[in-house]
Amino acid sequence: MKTLEELRKIREKAQNEMKLRESSNRIKVVVGMGTSGIAMGAREVMKAILDEVAKRQLSDVLVTQTGEKGLSSKEPVVDIIEQGKPTITYGNMTPEKARKVVAEHIVNGAVIDDFVVTRG
Amino acid sequence: MSLKRTDVLLCCGSGCVSAGSLKIKSKLIEVIEQHGLSSEINIIETGCMGPCDYGPVMLVYPEGIFYKKVQVKDVEELVEEHFLKGRPVKRLMLKSEDTIFQTKKDIPFYKNQVKVALENCGYIDPEKIDEYIAMGGYEALGRAVTEMNPEEVIDIIKKSGLRGRGGGGFPTGLKWENVKNSESDQKYVICNGDEGDPGAFMDRSLLEGDPHKILEGMMIAAYATGANYGFFYIRAEYPLAIKRIKNALSQAKEYGLLGNDILGSGFSFDAEVRTGAGAFVCGEETALIASIKGERGQPVSKPPYPSESGVYQKPTLVNNVETLGNIATIINKGADWFASMGTATSKGTKVFALTGDVKNTGLVEVPMGITLHDLIFEVGGGMVAGKKFKAVQLGGPSGGCLTADHLDTAIDYESLREKGAMMGSGGVIVMADNNCMVNIAKFFLEFSLDESCGKCTPCRVGLKEMYTILENITAGKGRSGDIEKLENLGKTISGTSLCGLGQAAPNPVLSTIRYFRQEYESHIEAKSCPTCVCLDLMHFDIDKDKCIGCSLCAQKCPVNCISGSREEKYTIHQADCIKCGNCQEVCPVNAVDKISGAAEKEEKLNSVAELYQ
Repeated sequence: MKTLEELRKIREKAQNEMKLRESSNRIKVVVGMGTSGIAMGAREVMKAILDEVAKRQLSDVLVTQTGEKGLSSKEPVVDIIEQGKPTITYGNMTPEKARKVVAEHIVNGAVIDDFVVTRG
Repeated sequence: MSLKRTDVLLCCGSGCVSAGSLKIKSKLIEVIEQHGLSSEINIIETGCMGPCDYGPVMLVYPEGIFYKKVQVKDVEELVEEHFLKGRPVKRLMLKSEDTIFQTKKDIPFYKNQVKVALENCGYIDPEKIDEYIAMGGYEALGRAVTEMNPEEVIDIIKKSGLRGRGGGGFPTGLKWENVKNSESDQKYVICNGDEGDPGAFMDRSLLEGDPHKILEGMMIAAYATGANYGFFYIRAEYPLAIKRIKNALSQAKEYGLLGNDILGSGFSFDAEVRTGAGAFVCGEETALIASIKGERGQPVSKPPYPSESGVYQKPTLVNNVETLGNIATIINKGADWFASMGTATSKGTKVFALTGDVKNTGLVEVPMGITLHDLIFEVGGGMVAGKKFKAVQLGGPSGGCLTADHLDTAIDYESLREKGAMMGSGGVIVMADNNCMVNIAKFFLEFSLDESCGKCTPCRVGLKEMYTILENITAGKGRSGDIEKLENLGKTISGTSLCGLGQAAPNPVLSTIRYFRQEYESHIEAKSCPTCVCLDLMHFDIDKDKCIGCSLCAQKCPVNCISGSREEKYTIHQADCIKCGNCQEVCPVNAVDKISGAAEKEEKLNSVAELYQ
């Protein structure tokens, strides 16, 4: 690199790679990863979300997992937690549905009512 | 962008590595692969996180969960429960009596700390320049070389009040200015990484945990002073530090941050690593310079100071690792921010290596001016269970002992010196009341004696004299007048030695005499070691009222000097006893006591008579 601007560009890129270690994320996606969730394909759902988030370069989205949520009949379950908004819980997720959630809810801010299990 | 969703930060500082963190790393990789999670989980080796006592420690993001004392057998549970199912393993979290500290920011050990030099240590991967850049790395260098002139940089450092962290406490800005004002076609910068105090590992942790920060500090120093070449002088006992610095140098070169015309500013700089053979005296700057030149590591008299004539007779700046570790942050955050921490004469923060009989041993960084009490009892968590605070040794073999009366002392260069101790490089050894201060003084003096280069007489001969007197005192051969002789010798050696090693070596003896004189007196006059540490001035005795006559002690005695029977109970024949302490260890009813003072002489006759019966 030859200029300070180049350094700052590298920094932006590097910060993206380290975003897991900060707590300043706009949206948190929590996948229910209990035994029944995994049995119903929660792992594939999570992989799809991670892939979609990476593809779209969404640097302010945090994807993480949690244990059994008690909604076994609706597994796999995904929570979308946004500061200042009610938490949206989607149920009966598939990798395809999950990709749609990323595209419509996370990117465009439109909740997909058909998939919603609970709100708030 | 990667698919990763979890960052596992595994502490690979020296403490955690010796506790097995590298084995945990390979097991982690194995188990994570078994579960097909390799593409989702980052495993990152970091530098020292600080709480070495709880090692190996692990931090898991995004949650920020802190795990302690992780063992290889815990790895499967961690991966299955936490990394796969998202259920943090409570069993491995830090707890107090009633609370579990889930995340790093909940832990009291970190609460009173302010991290400046250590800000990235334990948080980034020290082998990746990108992670350092992500934390704002090289921004200070970039701004300094493109937007400021050397005078402005020196001005900021001067205003910040930063002083040398290697122990001397010389104002850093002033040192830089001296080098800058020396006219020469070639100047050098040296990073002094010859940390040698027993129990100190601040510089090592910094070099291992955040090598780029030290390099950036060195480059800013070079720009300010007009140097274009640097040496990292690191002792060969720190192989990982050497590896990490070398790696940092090659990464910086690859990015064009090291070499000619850095960031288009016209400033050029390059550096290399020189390894020291581990002589304590080479921490002294003139001895260090001799060693870099390939000569025998011996100090020379000053002046001329290295700022006028150092490496190859060229003006040379020598700064300690921690000093350089503060530079980039000062440039980024400003002199006023740095100067807002600390006391009137000592600004900023200081890294300490807490060791000894304290609960949270490890690496800590606290603002200057914190009291010894807060350092030991708040950050350090207090004494280990069942022990009572007696003294604290600051500054290693060059420093001094302070007592419970000094716990309210604010830590800064002046107040510590006034009390007979010194800041030193930052080793803090906390001692409980079972430590014999005469013996401690002897231990530190032995270290200095061993490390004396032998060039000047006061240090070479004087320390040996002092050591002999201490040996006699601890062996019960002390004579009245010995204390005065020690004081006299100590003052003479301090006043007449050539370098800091000799000048400071009598400190542990002088300060223990100052604060624990009665302990010396009881060794010399009563021939008794109050703490029962000096073997010649104590003995073991069996309390016949407690003894149940089980004979365990007699069975375990390696020299067969215990005899007796169930009815008569057991007796130690003092003349033959080698004071190994086995009897005390095996006694089921704690009937064996340590008694200060040598055993009665008549015993010898009794015991011989009994043996030949």
